[in-house]
Amino acid sequence: MTSFVCNFPFMTILMSLFSGAVSSVLPSKWARRWNKILLVLIAIMSFATMGYCWRLGTYYTYSMGHFPAPWGNEIRVGVLETFMAMFFSLLMLLCMLGGEVERELEIEQSKQSLYYVLANLLIASLLALIYTNDIFTAYVFVETNTLAACGLIMIRQYGRTMEAATRYLIMNLLGSGLFLLGVTFLYDLTGHLLMGNMKIAVAEIVEEGVYTVPLIISIAFMVVGVAIKTALYPFHAWVPDAYGYSTLSSSALLSALVSKGYIFLLIKIFMRVIGFDIVSKTSVADVLFVYGLIGMMMGSLNAIRQKDIRRMLAYSSVAQMGYIYMGLDLGTEFGIVAAIFHIISHMATKAMLFVAAGGLAAASGDHKEFSHLKGAAYRNRMAGLAFLAGALSMIGLPLFSGFISKLLFAQASMEQGYKMFFALAAIAISTILNTIYFMKAVIIIYTPVYSGEGNRIGGRIISVKDQALKVAVFAAFIAIDMILGLFSDPIVRLLTIGIQMFS
Amino acid sequence: MSRRLENDEYEKTFSGKFRAWLNGDNDPFLGKIEQKTLKEQRESKKQARRRRQEHETLLNEAYNLPKSRTFKLFGKAYGFASILFATVLIVVLVFAVSFLPTFGEADKPVNNEVSERYIESGLDETGSVNIVTGMILDYRAFDTLGESHVLFLATIAVLVLLRVDDDSAQHDKLMEEAQDRFHEPKNDIILQTAARVLVPVIIIFGIYVILCGHLGPGGGFSGGAIIGAGLILYLTAFGFKKTERFFTAKTQKILSVSALGCYSLCKSYSFYTGANHIESIIPLGIPGHILSSGLILILNICVGVVVSATMYTFYVMFRKGNF
Repeated sequence: MTSFVCNFPFMTILMSLFSGAVSSVLPSKWARRWNKILLVLIAIMSFATMGYCWRLGTYYTYSMGHFPAPWGNEIRVGVLETFMAMFFSLLMLLCMLGGEVERELEIEQSKQSLYYVLANLLIASLLALIYTNDIFTAYVFVETNTLAACGLIMIRQYGRTMEAATRYLIMNLLGSGLFLLGVTFLYDLTGHLLMGNMKIAVAEIVEEGVYTVPLIISIAFMVVGVAIKTALYPFHAWVPDAYGYSTLSSSALLSALVSKGYIFLLIKIFMRVIGFDIVSKTSVADVLFVYGLIGMMMGSLNAIRQKDIRRMLAYSSVAQMGYIYMGLDLGTEFGIVAAIFHIISHMATKAMLFVAAGGLAAASGDHKEFSHLKGAAYRNRMAGLAFLAGALSMIGLPLFSGFISKLLFAQASMEQGYKMFFALAAIAISTILNTIYFMKAVIIIYTPVYSGEGNRIGGRIISVKDQALKVAVFAAFIAIDMILGLFSDPIVRLLTIGIQMFS
Repeated sequence: MSRRLENDEYEKTFSGKFRAWLNGDNDPFLGKIEQKTLKEQRESKKQARRRRQEHETLLNEAYNLPKSRTFKLFGKAYGFASILFATVLIVVLVFAVSFLPTFGEADKPVNNEVSERYIESGLDETGSVNIVTGMILDYRAFDTLGESHVLFLATIAVLVLLRVDDDSAQHDKLMEEAQDRFHEPKNDIILQTAARVLVPVIIIFGIYVILCGHLGPGGGFSGGAIIGAGLILYLTAFGFKKTERFFTAKTQKILSVSALGCYSLCKSYSFYTGANHIESIIPLGIPGHILSSGLILILNICVGVVVSATMYTFYVMFRKGNF
């Protein structure tokens, strides 16, 4: 270990934990500022580490303490991890900025600084989930993540968010419990908690064929636990209320970051704990593939039926989760690259859509129903533009990131015989369904309002001057989306190299 | 030649339905609903009474949840489904456990070089007589750091959920005091006498458990829980007036933050020196002495402070909502 840059990942985790604790005694104004500074710092430090890893050409491990890995804790840093850390912190910064006005209005004054405690601990847990090389550390930070997300939902206090938080807590604790059971079983079989050693032991078990049954059951428990937490289709019941009624930055954070952190953990389990070839050989991957396909359809069908724009976006998230699971379980490394590209693409796009939906609702008398949103894009032009860009990206039009991720999915499915047909058909049908509900929303917000209707809607015009901060956030979101869409080649190359380093 | 359709006709056409759907008025999944203009209705007294009766039955059926049939049916189905789910889970778990390595066997996969080193050289490497404390606070200190932040986060979540903002109006405080008296007995002589004897013993025992965590059974988590229980007993016996002299929301925050900050700083130092192969300047001391085992004593105290503050805050939040 030669460079000082090596210390950055551990520093970012400790810094965010520490600032989480400190924010609880700071006045809300300072907590807010500190949160922004922290996120920028994390992004810069992760970028520096990424550059270091890129030059190094390989990953490095960093032991947390004086004892080497199987005895002590350890984090593992590579190009992919640092890239995700940078992207997570940047996106979180944009979400926090985008929902700032709503947050000040909707949350009680004395609880404002608590919001930043939750946010700082959330980014700490996400960073730890990204970097950790020890499955029990991952479980500890899964707990942190669950509690922080629950707090983010219920900090806006009225009936629906309370109900949503209760539902979220029950479902996610079930998920954590199943995940913990899986980890316990796997520990009993392998005798290790460090991912590298576990992988060797699992390969031995598969070769000897003695403990195959508990191995499969423990994999199934872990996968189902993570699937509940990421709202894969049959476990999505907590999604619409949690995303639909919590305060704006919370729903953007939940849909863009929290679920993606768990997905990253699942990829880690697949590639580092169990071994990707074993996952593809067992039926776990096939089952997840089927559920991914069903999720793509059912999420979109449910989204068509919604009359509330935020709930529609929530169901759309369920459908996009289906895409990610489909890519993960194609059984090829390129499928995982496609899934990771879709993760970052969906993060940027869905956060933008949520923030834009908030802007449109603010221009329509704080109503989120479609009947009130008519012509909202004329009242809040920048939000309308951002929503349009997000919708086009979700549908998968060229120029935007959604097109690239769909292209990558299709390309990845080509390598897989019988799965190719199902994957391509599902992508085609799901694209049409996406078009139906996103275009409906876009057409509604771009339909001019007749003079007589104005009173019913009760909107107000929000010009660029009134929301300079939000305009900047929207511009940044659109820029990220278009950069991902236009200059995808280097990013895909980076992800491919990152995945090779990762496993 | 195109002609402008009448409104009724237009609504029946495809474009009319499309437009209604765009406006969010029409749901394509609900099917087509026939629309007729209603006649103006006049009802006699008899009809009115009947309508009210029907309305009441409807209310009873639909909103009187314990009586509603759907609700009952749902409850039954739900109960059945949950029992089925639990049974399936139990069967799967028992099935899996029957395949696991036998408990206590010598050549179990768990008995490998990892636990061997913990047991054989744990004392020399951490300086802690209690190997478990050495494991959680030195070998795997990062996990425990996360775990203590989970506790802190739980406090924050309870504060988010339950804290009531006080307007510091005297009237409200009096009302609160009266309500508090309603739920809990005040000035109960038996409780107070018992508490006077027990509380100092409990708290001193808690401090002992924390301080001797590296020498014997105990540590920050258990000792903190004992101290928290002592504080709660003191509060139930003597009321908020007495406890607020030394423990308020501010105290709780400062204690938690300084304990967590101290933990983070200590561990940052040890992670940094460990990963960069720098010799740590913290002496391990002689095993068995109270001032030994490096950072473990300090970390135990930090964890103990966080745990006791968390327990006490939970109790206060659930009882009163602020302090």
